[in-house]
Amino acid sequence: MTPDKKILTSDEMKRALTRIAHEILERNLGTENLVLVGIRTRGVPLAQRIQKEIQKIEGREVPLGLLDITLYRDDLGEIGPLPRVGETKLPFDPTGKIIVLTDDVLYTGRTIRAALDAMIDFGRPKAIQLAVLIDRGHRELPIKADYVGKNIPTSKKEQVMVHLIESDAADEVIVRDRSGR
Amino acid sequence: MSAFQWTRKNLLGLRQLERVEIEHILETAKSFRDISLRSVKKVPALRGKTVANLFFEPSTRTRISFELAEKRLSADTIQISGSTSSMVKGETLKDTCRNIEALKVDIVVIRHSSSGAPHRMARHLNASVINAGDGLNEHPTQALLDMFTMMEKKGRIEGLRVSFIGDILHSRVARSNIWGLTKLGAKVTVCGPRTLIPAEIEELGVRVTTRLEEAVEDADVLNLLRIQLERQNQAFFPSIREYATAYQINTAILKKARPDVVIMHPGPVNRGIEITSDVVEGPYAVILDQVTYGLAVRMAVLFLLSGTLPETEKEDA
Repeated sequence: MTPDKKILTSDEMKRALTRIAHEILERNLGTENLVLVGIRTRGVPLAQRIQKEIQKIEGREVPLGLLDITLYRDDLGEIGPLPRVGETKLPFDPTGKIIVLTDDVLYTGRTIRAALDAMIDFGRPKAIQLAVLIDRGHRELPIKADYVGKNIPTSKKEQVMVHLIESDAADEVIVRDRSGR
Repeated sequence: MSAFQWTRKNLLGLRQLERVEIEHILETAKSFRDISLRSVKKVPALRGKTVANLFFEPSTRTRISFELAEKRLSADTIQISGSTSSMVKGETLKDTCRNIEALKVDIVVIRHSSSGAPHRMARHLNASVINAGDGLNEHPTQALLDMFTMMEKKGRIEGLRVSFIGDILHSRVARSNIWGLTKLGAKVTVCGPRTLIPAEIEELGVRVTTRLEEAVEDADVLNLLRIQLERQNQAFFPSIREYATAYQINTAILKKARPDVVIMHPGPVNRGIEITSDVVEGPYAVILDQVTYGLAVRMAVLFLLSGTLPETEKEDA
């Protein structure tokens, strides 16, 4: 069994999110019609941090929404405990907006598929883009992130754990090998 | 949020539920409340599931509320009502169950004039069963939506003073509410003519009074029960007019109520009997909010039951 590997420190995470904020602004030529939507649960604090970075750069606060994708999951009928349904809060009409979906880890792509379906039920956005802190590969659907904090080649036996100060003890990303456990 | 995990297959009544289970349904309903405010009022959570609504007794709002809740969760639904089903040809409830099973239905919503009919069905069926009102026994989703309304309007259930006024004897709404509210720590009063209050109801932990004033005075919530006109040939009180004189909620009696009192009614309302029209339209009444919240509560119940496995629970039947 190999020990846990820290692949992102607090400082590196901060720099990655600052860079993502710059990339979002560069690609969309500013904040016009721009909104952030965090996918529950860890996408929400990440979206809040990107919102703060954008505020520092542009001096403008872009609207922020929270999206719970439980009811759109494709594995609801499968065997296993029923996930809790959280609240979705979109304090804007998504129609005509450029939506930057934010999540912690991009893996199979199924969460994002569910998030896309959920977003489109709220209106017709001008565009939906995807920002993730970690892209670990192993996609099962044709989905690609527009903004990536860090690409990490992983094996399916490994677990990627994003810890955020809002919900955990520290800001860090850890890869754990589960094959020997 | 707690780590509580829903495991029940059926919702037969609030009598069987634990406090945490009731709180879990109310908490889940919050997430469903806003779906009906969207432009697309539909989520795919029950896609591919089939729900049968068996209403062997007349119902408008409960039936419509369930049907709409099912549709907004993307379930496929079938409606069977007493007068159009083979029950009138003499088919037994058990045979009806067997046929439902053969059609591979996932959830059965049943209203029946016999107390315990849903419990019997639950024993015969692999599908989940939701009690939409059985005889004089329970009407759990109505009580849950009443409690959800109280949470929304008063912010809590614990310590809330809730008075039920009217025909307690024939009211499954009152019974389910009493089970649920006392479990969540509310102080419940029942009020009505002696003939319409069941014997020994005090044992459920409620205060009993026959004086309307006493029930109204310090109540946070007045939950009015419909005077069931179809039962009045049995002479539980001398006349409708006499009942109204003693127990009607009108502007005069409300002068004695708390200024922040909330008035609820499960419907259908008999205007001018248990409540006057101006109170129905007035600022204290939340009767239409109850209807709106009912949809969210029923969506939550359907969603929770759709996630449990057939073998997880049979003992509650």
